[in-house]
Amino acid sequence: MLDAFLAAAVALATPILLAALGELLVERAGVLNIGLEGMMLVGAFAAAAAAASSGSPLAGVAAAAVAGLAIALVFALVAVTLAADQIIAGAAVNLIALGGTGALYRVLYGDTGAALVLPTLPRVAIPGLSSLPVVGDALFRQHALVYVSLVLVPVLSVVLAHTGLGLRLRALGEHPLAAASLGLRVRGMRVAAIGASGVLAGLGGAALALWTAGTFVEGVTAGRGFVALAVVVFARWSPWGTLAGALLFGLANALQFQFQASAVGVPYQLFLMLPYVVTLAALLLPAGTTRAPRALGARYDRE
Amino acid sequence: MTPAVARAAARVGPAVLAVATALSLAAALAAIAGSDPATAVRALVLGSLGSTANVADTLVRSAPLLLCGAAVMLAFRSGIFNIGADGQFLAGALAATAVATRIRPFPGQFACVLIAGALAGGAWAIVPAAFRIRRDVSEVITTILLNFVALYLVSWAVTGPLQESSRAYPQSAAIPETARLARFLHGTGDRLHAGIPLAFGLAAATGGLLSFTTFGLRLRAAGLNAPAARLAGFPVRRDLAVAFALSGALAGLAGAVELAGVTHRLFDRFSPGYGYTAIAVALLGNLRTPGTIAAALFFAALGAGASAMERSAGVSAVIAVAVQGATLLAVAATGAPALARVVQRARGRGEAAASETEAAAAAGAPRGA
Repeated sequence: MLDAFLAAAVALATPILLAALGELLVERAGVLNIGLEGMMLVGAFAAAAAAASSGSPLAGVAAAAVAGLAIALVFALVAVTLAADQIIAGAAVNLIALGGTGALYRVLYGDTGAALVLPTLPRVAIPGLSSLPVVGDALFRQHALVYVSLVLVPVLSVVLAHTGLGLRLRALGEHPLAAASLGLRVRGMRVAAIGASGVLAGLGGAALALWTAGTFVEGVTAGRGFVALAVVVFARWSPWGTLAGALLFGLANALQFQFQASAVGVPYQLFLMLPYVVTLAALLLPAGTTRAPRALGARYDRE
Repeated sequence: MTPAVARAAARVGPAVLAVATALSLAAALAAIAGSDPATAVRALVLGSLGSTANVADTLVRSAPLLLCGAAVMLAFRSGIFNIGADGQFLAGALAATAVATRIRPFPGQFACVLIAGALAGGAWAIVPAAFRIRRDVSEVITTILLNFVALYLVSWAVTGPLQESSRAYPQSAAIPETARLARFLHGTGDRLHAGIPLAFGLAAATGGLLSFTTFGLRLRAAGLNAPAARLAGFPVRRDLAVAFALSGALAGLAGAVELAGVTHRLFDRFSPGYGYTAIAVALLGNLRTPGTIAAALFFAALGAGASAMERSAGVSAVIAVAVQGATLLAVAATGAPALARVVQRARGRGEAAASETEAAAAAGAPRGA
């Protein structure tokens, strides 16, 4: 019972964790991408379309990564290369993704077509560890994208804090002009970071379509990209904090399903609200002193 | 380019570009979907402007976008990153429904309905304001979270306390005549309601507040450079709370206007994302009143035209959303900073520096410690 609950919580946290880790990366590089929701949506659509036509969930994952990368590069072109306003570019990406996937879905699968039935990602049990009590199912008997997201947390943490690459990336987010004067290629590195975040957001969309939702419908992400955005702020721009935030959200979400199944007479909408209220309440906890990257969201226009 | 020409180009350029992008993209998408592009574009234009009834449809659609757009404009100019207009819109609609259906009808009830909507929207915005002022929690995160809370609150209300008495559908009872907004120019399809001129008036008033009052000056100063505003002795925290509440009140009023003027009922998914689209509207309008009005009308026309396009050319109306996004992207990509630089040179250095700082502040640049 507890095993299944924790396993559900981790699986529900995974799409948000993947997207939030990507966003963390670009925000540390000084770029605010509010188009995260759109990138996840594009990933979910690509995953669904590819998995439905090929019958292979892995083809879906690959397609999601490519599609996420593609839309991220459009964002990067406008927001970094052309130095347009990042908020505007991100808002535009959200609209394009929502309208584009909605229209394409209707072209491909008809106006009233039933929701797609998709192959789900296979669970992969890690020998030995998966039979551990309590955490075995949650951490070691999951689909591949769960492992990818969990491994990324310590990797990103080390890269950001203890490598030259991480230092350079953070310099872009604190003072891009100073970084440029030291010879760093500000735009190139930012485009690369955005590309990586696009792949991660795409994978988050795939984890959603091929596991959590098991289907694609218009607007299937239902605000998870915005939640991921919130998780990054909640995490105060740290990978471990991001994991905590995503897990908190996953736990509240799993709890909501439990309550819905068991508590009769309580309106289900109150449970749907739970993850958001819990996250709000968690924000009241005393926070550390970490602040946002200083140049976050500012236009960098070298002239 | 001479300064005058550059200025004119900067004013008209984005508008021409926006219309051109929208039309060509609609044609391309229609072709992809297997329809005749010419028919689709014709339907898009005529569906939004082709008859008085279609113009009325466009105006009706513009009211919520304009009010929420004004809400976003006020917040962003004051350095408040309010992503929560959607939640404030829903909170306003919810309170308005309660006042409209839970009180025995009385003459002039509509005024109380609108006031309830504005108050509820303002109250909904006070929560993120308090988080930011008391706990230094970014309003980006709290407003987003509260959008979802409002969404489920409405969903619960229309299947619970505010559901119609027959309990057939997840919606409220129709609000009484006394709670509805008056309609005018009945020959135009009888859809134009008093909330539309109200929306235009309040959008103008919001711009006036920002530009011509000392309160507006303090808000803009806080938006541009909060530490400097504090040093200057401005009550930044109090102003911030008031601006946040006013922004929420505008969005909440939009919800009440939509209820009392158009739908006359509250239902699940009452907002098709007006609060999010309003961010695009305000940004496309460069966070200024004339631009925001133009952008709201443009987005509303796209919505009205896309519905017509769906009927006559078989192109799904959801394409309008993609066209709105692409338009925004095209204007952002070309409007800044290359074109902006030309204008700045024309306007002289001092002013240019000011507008650059303001643009950075509007873009959510860090407010400093």
